[in-house]
Amino acid sequence: MTGQPWRLENGGHIDRSCSLSFAFDGKIMEGHPGDTLASALLANGTHLVGRSFKYHRPRGIFSAGVEEPNALVELRTGNRQEPNSLATTTELFDGLEASSQNRWPNLRFDFSQANGALSRFLPAGFYYKTFMWPANLWLTYEHFIRKAAGMGIASRESDPDRYESRSAHCDVLVVGGGPAGLTAAMTAAEIGERVIVLEQAPHFGGWLRREKRTIDGSPAMDWVDAVSTRLSAMADVRVLTRTSAFGYYDHNMITAVERVQDHVPKSDPFLPRQRLWSIRAKRVVLATGAVEQPIAFPENDRPGVMLAGAARTYINEYGVLPGRMAVLQTNNDNAYRSAIDLLDAGARVTAVLDVRDHVDGHLPNQVRDRGVPILQGYGVVETKGYFAIRQVLARPLVGGPVRRYDCDLLCVSGGWAPQVHLHSQSGGKVVFDAEKGCFLPSEARQNCVSIGSAAGLFTLKDCLKGANGDDVPEQAIKPTWSLPNAPGRHGKRFVDFQDDVTAEDVALAHREGYVSVEHLKRYTTLGMGTDQGKTSNVIGLAIMAKLKGQNIPAVGTTKFRPPYTAVSMGAMAGRAVGHHFQPLRRSPMDNWHHDNGCKWVDAGLWRRPHFYTRPGEDVNSAALREGRTVRAGVGIVDVSTLGKIDIQGPDAAELLNRIYVNGWKKLAVGKARYGVMLREDGMAYDDGTTSRLSENHFIMTTTTANAGPVLAKLEYYLQAVWPELRVQVACVTDQYAAIAVAGPKSRDVMQRLIDLDISNDAFPFMAAAPCCFAGIAGARLFRISFSGELAYEINVPADYGQAAWNALLETGREDGVGVYGIEAMSAFRIEKGHVAGPEINGQTTIGDLGLGGLQSEQKHNIGKSLAIREGLIDPARPAVVGLVPVDGKTWIKAGAQLVENPDAPPPVAMLGHVTSIAYSGELNHPIALALLSGGKERAGEELYAAFPLRNEAVRVRVVSPHFVDPDGERMRV
Amino acid sequence: MLKGGLYPSVRFPQMEAYELTRYSIFSLIKQGLIRHTGWKRAWRNPEPKAAYDVIIIGGGGHGLATAYYLAKLHGIHNVAVLEKGWLGGGNTGRNTTIIRSNYLLDPNAHLYEHSMKLWEGLSQDLNFNVMFSQRGVLNLCHSKAQTDAFARRGNAMRLNGIDAELLSRDEVRKRIPELDFSDQVRFPICGGLLQPRGGTARHDGVAWGFARAADQRGVDIIQNCEVTDFIIEGGRVTGVETTRGKITAGKVAMAVAGHTGVLAQKAGLTLPIESHILQAMVSEPLKPLLDTVVTFGAGHFYISQSDKGGMVFGGDIEGYNSYAQRGNLPTLEHVISAGVSMMPCLSRVRMLRSWGGTVDMTMDGSPIIGKAPIEGLFINGGWNYGGFKATPGSGWVYAHTIANDAPHPLNEAFTLERFARGRLIDERGAGANPALH
Repeated sequence: MTGQPWRLENGGHIDRSCSLSFAFDGKIMEGHPGDTLASALLANGTHLVGRSFKYHRPRGIFSAGVEEPNALVELRTGNRQEPNSLATTTELFDGLEASSQNRWPNLRFDFSQANGALSRFLPAGFYYKTFMWPANLWLTYEHFIRKAAGMGIASRESDPDRYESRSAHCDVLVVGGGPAGLTAAMTAAEIGERVIVLEQAPHFGGWLRREKRTIDGSPAMDWVDAVSTRLSAMADVRVLTRTSAFGYYDHNMITAVERVQDHVPKSDPFLPRQRLWSIRAKRVVLATGAVEQPIAFPENDRPGVMLAGAARTYINEYGVLPGRMAVLQTNNDNAYRSAIDLLDAGARVTAVLDVRDHVDGHLPNQVRDRGVPILQGYGVVETKGYFAIRQVLARPLVGGPVRRYDCDLLCVSGGWAPQVHLHSQSGGKVVFDAEKGCFLPSEARQNCVSIGSAAGLFTLKDCLKGANGDDVPEQAIKPTWSLPNAPGRHGKRFVDFQDDVTAEDVALAHREGYVSVEHLKRYTTLGMGTDQGKTSNVIGLAIMAKLKGQNIPAVGTTKFRPPYTAVSMGAMAGRAVGHHFQPLRRSPMDNWHHDNGCKWVDAGLWRRPHFYTRPGEDVNSAALREGRTVRAGVGIVDVSTLGKIDIQGPDAAELLNRIYVNGWKKLAVGKARYGVMLREDGMAYDDGTTSRLSENHFIMTTTTANAGPVLAKLEYYLQAVWPELRVQVACVTDQYAAIAVAGPKSRDVMQRLIDLDISNDAFPFMAAAPCCFAGIAGARLFRISFSGELAYEINVPADYGQAAWNALLETGREDGVGVYGIEAMSAFRIEKGHVAGPEINGQTTIGDLGLGGLQSEQKHNIGKSLAIREGLIDPARPAVVGLVPVDGKTWIKAGAQLVENPDAPPPVAMLGHVTSIAYSGELNHPIALALLSGGKERAGEELYAAFPLRNEAVRVRVVSPHFVDPDGERMRV
Repeated sequence: MLKGGLYPSVRFPQMEAYELTRYSIFSLIKQGLIRHTGWKRAWRNPEPKAAYDVIIIGGGGHGLATAYYLAKLHGIHNVAVLEKGWLGGGNTGRNTTIIRSNYLLDPNAHLYEHSMKLWEGLSQDLNFNVMFSQRGVLNLCHSKAQTDAFARRGNAMRLNGIDAELLSRDEVRKRIPELDFSDQVRFPICGGLLQPRGGTARHDGVAWGFARAADQRGVDIIQNCEVTDFIIEGGRVTGVETTRGKITAGKVAMAVAGHTGVLAQKAGLTLPIESHILQAMVSEPLKPLLDTVVTFGAGHFYISQSDKGGMVFGGDIEGYNSYAQRGNLPTLEHVISAGVSMMPCLSRVRMLRSWGGTVDMTMDGSPIIGKAPIEGLFINGGWNYGGFKATPGSGWVYAHTIANDAPHPLNEAFTLERFARGRLIDERGAGANPALH
């Protein structure tokens, strides 16, 4: 325990009655509730917290907010380690662990500080000019460059925390809970608007927490407390602290992340770590405040150099003295408040360096009256110190002798930059105000307004309504971006601290022609750090403008892009991660499959039984056994995942005619028909059977994969193209369980369960009828066969799926009924030469698939006119063929390419590829389907199924794809 | 005259007053000693002349590469590249920098592999380090069907002479243990298709490198010069109207990804292109976490780590047609949920920046490079998700096409007419639906 030597005895919004213990780089220190990590470090006398990106220069705490470029730490450890965390916004909690980053072996002795010594050879973009020889060494160079680059170390483990997202709507959304935001929120709330107020800090008040101000004669925080308490109590007002609005999207949507548990030592498992808010607001009020800008002077990056506003924030908000002997460099009156607060807190202010020639304002005069020398027209030309600043050297800007001031704190203020980020993200324009020296929001593109200092209105009078602040008149600011080196000196003037971009780098970019704002940014990496250039972009721009001899607006500004402050990817992902990434669809018989040893296979969002395991079996032997059961007697398979679309209306048949290639008008009631549809570009799209249940009522089946897309396509055509058709379509995939019953004994089993006569005469192949099945009303029976065997498909309302399944197993027991999975089902269809997903792959026509004969010449349908383009009817197109291994035993691999000579030098002409493979139980050898160029003419030819990825090539013979029962007799008996 | 005389260089009459410095460790040290005051402009800033042999519209990677190869390989130096904003400000400076030639279909495989070979010597050729990093591109697969499809593509690549490896689940795990191999995963990783020669490059550097090299060969690179119309006389393009006046040319070539449809309309052409927004994102800089470019197979997500340390990633296009270079939240949420599902440790990594680019989506997912139906006019566009990787190859074949008034065998399949003729190059079999490409 070190005590807190820099903690003030009084003041600040911290709780001195409670001590919190935390560790930085393993050193245990103490702070208080209300501290940030930065304020607690300063209370313990620690300014040095990090190393810069490129030169590894020692860096200290520079700001007290989200603009912090230097004080980045690795927070927490293990699977909760978070690199690049801002010490300035991290709330202190008991047991907090943080470490410095981008240094090795430690913060005070960092090997890479050698980069600093070589810095003259490492200007902006040096890497574009070297590391090119020898060419094959770039990956080696890069290995070391990558190690040196980056900042913190991310955890490689899964994040144990949970995130969630919420949507909200309101009349008025106020971003920012400072004086302007609170006033706006109260004004809206008082007239009954639904209001949401977002504040990124843990508390309301904004700069009122950070300064000694009064409103109506009382401490300003009394006003803040009163207003925020009243707002919180109002029914239609929601106030959210620790909530950072980071994005402004179309249609007035603001996104924000609420840090629910980042400030607690031990997280509550029933709360998320962070919550993503998507808020759609009728009107948005941007009261996002302003960020103080530094001035780039030589060696302006030493630990102990701090924004003036940050210095008084540490005094007033946290009761910490950031230094005992301070120098202030400024170009405005406002910064003198820091000098006053430092003096009040007992520090010495050895000098104020003001770039203005005549300083006679209300605040400067107070400082002058307290005996502090104000050097007018002065600027810093050098600083001394390494791990901490020791001395400032200053000199008149017009030239003259150098003066030296010892110090342990150098406050700097170059004025204020309104935070126009969200305004700009919303599509709004920004304009440069030469007098105020900052960009201001102008024309808005969405319903939003910027107020208070976000609009460049920096006085309390501009923020408050019905209350009076203690504004004092201020002299004009003198916009100043950088100060020159003393003649003959070359001290680095850092513009972007984090990425080590100096004024000289900007000059180099100018010299080399990288003069547009975006080129400047990309060439030098200016503003590309974690702080997104909140304290560097404008300075860089101003330096470039000066070099170009133009004014700032002529050089332009870059667009602000979301997020305003970095957002964890966990918060963006919300709950949709891990096994919640996508919903899992289960058939009504899912539990049964699970309990009966099925191995699952993913089919889109569904899981389907791949096969049912028995001891000692693999997928192939299990599928063979399941297939034998079907061929020998009867088997059942769950086909509930197939898409089912209910189509009703007088024009239902017309719709089908326009969608499918074949005709539907003449399909009799009680009949099913196989149909295939095309994509608009003429390629085969989807297939399945559609049955006519009554004159105006059809039930369409689709493949599992295309259930959604086909429905969407029907909806699109009905709504946008053919609104005149009197048809309604509805997805009923989930409403019905579907079971295919296949095998020579399937009729026997089915007949015992059904109230229809299903003899071959009464219910022939492709018959369809409503029925009562196993006592289940509302069932539908179809005599269709995917397996090529005598088969039926029974659909029952989903809730009765398991009952139907059980009834089939029960009733079929004496016939040896078995269950089969989709591996066996797939083997059946390959034996039959039925095409499926691997063949209907979006690159094939119905001609390629052997289904060209289905195309009706009598009518028009989607895709028909483009299907006759020359490229789609070229005789060299692939066709579905069967393959067998010439040796009769070697498995052919799916994905193999068909070639004549696999050993030819590349490029080897490819004639086609293997689409589907199976072991034929009927033929007792492996078989395959393939798409082969000029396929049919090649029957009998021998080719190689080349699989160079495994250095394999199997000699195959081209055969008919109809391996088993080519005439389809079995399913018609 | 060239100062120093250490480095040989070709000079052209257009650049009498222009001196160039060859980039090397020696010039860097030499300049370091004089505080880098001696570096010259990377490219000149000329006023547009009244006439050129060839005008290239669009100062992105493709346009600049075209100009470079026209000058270098075809002896055509009197070339202007007209850029409406700043060089590389379109998709060149907005993409996720992935380079690969892992294509299934022959025309794609040959074009992108040619490009890959040019990438392999590009830094030396341009004397500008474009940081082409062949760290490998790995496509994850999550099902047997997907594995078969990847095998088909990998085998085709190998037979076309392109490197490819089919990795097992364990091999993927060994390479990138941070991917989700837990039992919490929704779509378990089955394996992956790796192209070891794939990788990334520094996107801005590519534009600048080509610009500098083209400029050194006499090409005029003119920024802030927007083409407002084509001058068409007797069915032939003879020049363009610009915001900086009329410029005539023997040939005019478009290379304006994201705005190809708009620009072509000025010439009276309607292209089979839709413009969509594609967002990309980058995280805060991290110490090396991922050494390979990885794409998710159970959702649209691709990621790599830049040399600066940022995780660079992207996914789907937005669901609507637009020219706005900004996207919306739902796509971001979707993309990032895929990313965190693929690599759970990304959850605590913070997204630093997201942005949008306008991509030209064609109706078969492949680009158009060739002659336009108007004499003297050439089209290069419709690069869908991935024009960056094609930059040198695209410029190379486009320059050939412009110089010879006829396509090179590598791009003869990529005609505009192929849509009418049904000679589609539909790598994914997604059809005329950009959202599925």
